[in-house]
Amino acid sequence: MHIEKLTILGGVGKSGQPEPVAEISLKMGDVISVVGSTGSGKTTLVDDIALFADRNTPTQRQVLINGVPAPEEFTNDPSKNPVAFITQHTNFLSDLPVNEFLKIHAGIRRRDNISSVIEETIDFSNKLTGEPIDPENAMTELSGGQTRALLIADAVIIGNSPVILLDEIENAGIHRTKALELLRGYEKIFIFVTHDPRIALLSDFRVVMQNGAMVKIIEAHDGEAKVAEEIKKLDDMILHCRKLIRSGERLDEDIFKELR
Amino acid sequence: MKAVICAGPPTTGKTTVLKQVVKKVIREGFHPVYLKVDVQYAVEDELFKKEFGIPVKKVYSGELCPDHCNVMVLGDAVEWARKEKADFLFVETAGLCLRCSPYIEGSLGIVVLEATSGMNLPRKIGPMLTLADIAVVTKIDLISQAEREVFRARVIDAAAGVSICETNALYGIGIDSLVKKILASPEIASSLVLRGNPPVGTCTVCVGKKEVGWQRHFGVVRPLENDIFYRGE
Ligand SMILES: Nc1nc2c(ncn2[C@@H]2O[C@H](COP(=O)(O)OP(=O)(O)OP(=O)(O)O)[C@@H](O)[C@H]2O)c(=O)[nH]1
Ligand SMILES: Nc1ncnc2c1ncn2[C@@H]1O[C@H](COP(=O)(O)OP(=O)(O)OP(=O)(O)O)[C@@H](O)[C@H]1O
Ligand SMILES: [Mg+2]
Ligand SMILES: [Mg+2]
Ligand SMILES: [Zn+2]
Repeated sequence: MHIEKLTILGGVGKSGQPEPVAEISLKMGDVISVVGSTGSGKTTLVDDIALFADRNTPTQRQVLINGVPAPEEFTNDPSKNPVAFITQHTNFLSDLPVNEFLKIHAGIRRRDNISSVIEETIDFSNKLTGEPIDPENAMTELSGGQTRALLIADAVIIGNSPVILLDEIENAGIHRTKALELLRGYEKIFIFVTHDPRIALLSDFRVVMQNGAMVKIIEAHDGEAKVAEEIKKLDDMILHCRKLIRSGERLDEDIFKELR
Repeated sequence: MKAVICAGPPTTGKTTVLKQVVKKVIREGFHPVYLKVDVQYAVEDELFKKEFGIPVKKVYSGELCPDHCNVMVLGDAVEWARKEKADFLFVETAGLCLRCSPYIEGSLGIVVLEATSGMNLPRKIGPMLTLADIAVVTKIDLISQAEREVFRARVIDAAAGVSICETNALYGIGIDSLVKKILASPEIASSLVLRGNPPVGTCTVCVGKKEVGWQRHFGVVRPLENDIFYRGE
């Protein structure tokens, strides 16, 4: 099925009152963020999308694909499901070597040129993290960051899912700007649940959650793009410090002069 | 009345799935009853009674294989359920024995498997899966989408005719399609017949002979390097 549009129709917040944002419409290529304080309902919102909520979840939201409720096959057969959901808890359990597992998955998805698809997937994953994956390694031996990166790469390339939901991937040691840049190269809908200013500011727009409800949509604008630049510098500074600390060096005050 | 027989390895989520199902079946206005067959310990009956206030029963199979025990008691159970004026008889079995399967003709057979049990499991469990109508795959919240797909493909490989329902049973996510199938299942037949052939014969181990080594047994035996054969009269 060809997906062009994903619509979220508002339901009710925790108070039981209708949500201030009554509708969100997403088209292919959109990258958006979901922000809000802890417990504000961010995960619940992406859960609704993953479930193709049809006024049958506690939030009473409805999710439409190309303007109509999702067909049942989406939820019954994961290879027909257009949504890939990567949470903080999602994990690989298989102890097969990475390349063998990817081969099985690509086989099930009936992809041609399996070996080049696998190569592309591992390449993509390596661009997201600092530590390259050894394709002969068991999946369960991957680090947290490598696992998250491979989950994303597999969903984007082998799964080729048109809609990808990512719940708080920022703590996993993934290059965020790089990830956004790379992901924008694929015509998909990406929804990031995030506490990270960089991801939020680099999105096309962000949905603000409060007390279980979608309360606001904030479009990216030029002013914020400049702020994003500044944050990027700060972030790079922190990453640089982290790198030094990781490699066993000492930091002193001069570090800030160097970096500015 | 309809009967739903739910099997599956220990702790795969049978109870959790049935709780979600029973909740919805009651909401639809039906009267379910629940029977648990387990080897030596179970508290599920009390759980269902407390949570839903429905009639419940429990049997311990003890020395018997739980699937065999199920065959023995099911006739009485159906009678009991009819007396309770039930619309649905839900049976949760332990399904420890991978050669038997507890499903009967003219009722719905459900096997509950956990996605976390490894991608090879569907290839290992035999009739419990192949003779089922529906395979419910639980704990999908814990593994990658890629592995879910592989697990599913392997279930289809092992049992082509089985329909699959994937669920995060903790939150009842994905349970609706299962409930739909349960509601649409046939009324129970008047004479109950097992769906599969039970495994060949009884062996002397089953009747309590404890010596180790095939040379000390009669009936259907098997050495390490050869196939099974019949020893004795
Ligand atoms: N994360 C997660 N946990 C689950 C899911 N389904 C069941 N569980 C958990 O798995 C454990 C076992 O579930 P039960 O429903 O008791 O399993 P069972 O098959 O009835 O177990 P026995 O009757 O003892 O053989 C419980 O702690 C459940 O909360 C699921 O879909 N996701
Ligand atoms: N619209 C709603 N109606 C009722 N309950 C809701 C609603 N939205 C969220 N909740 C409930 O609020 C709780 C917190 O929501 P959720 O886990 O989505 O928050 P979160 O923003 O993802 O938090 P964190 O930042 O800690 O991950 C959950 O128990 C959820 O079921
Ligand atoms: Mg959350
Ligand atoms: Mg149980
Ligand atoms: Zn048996």
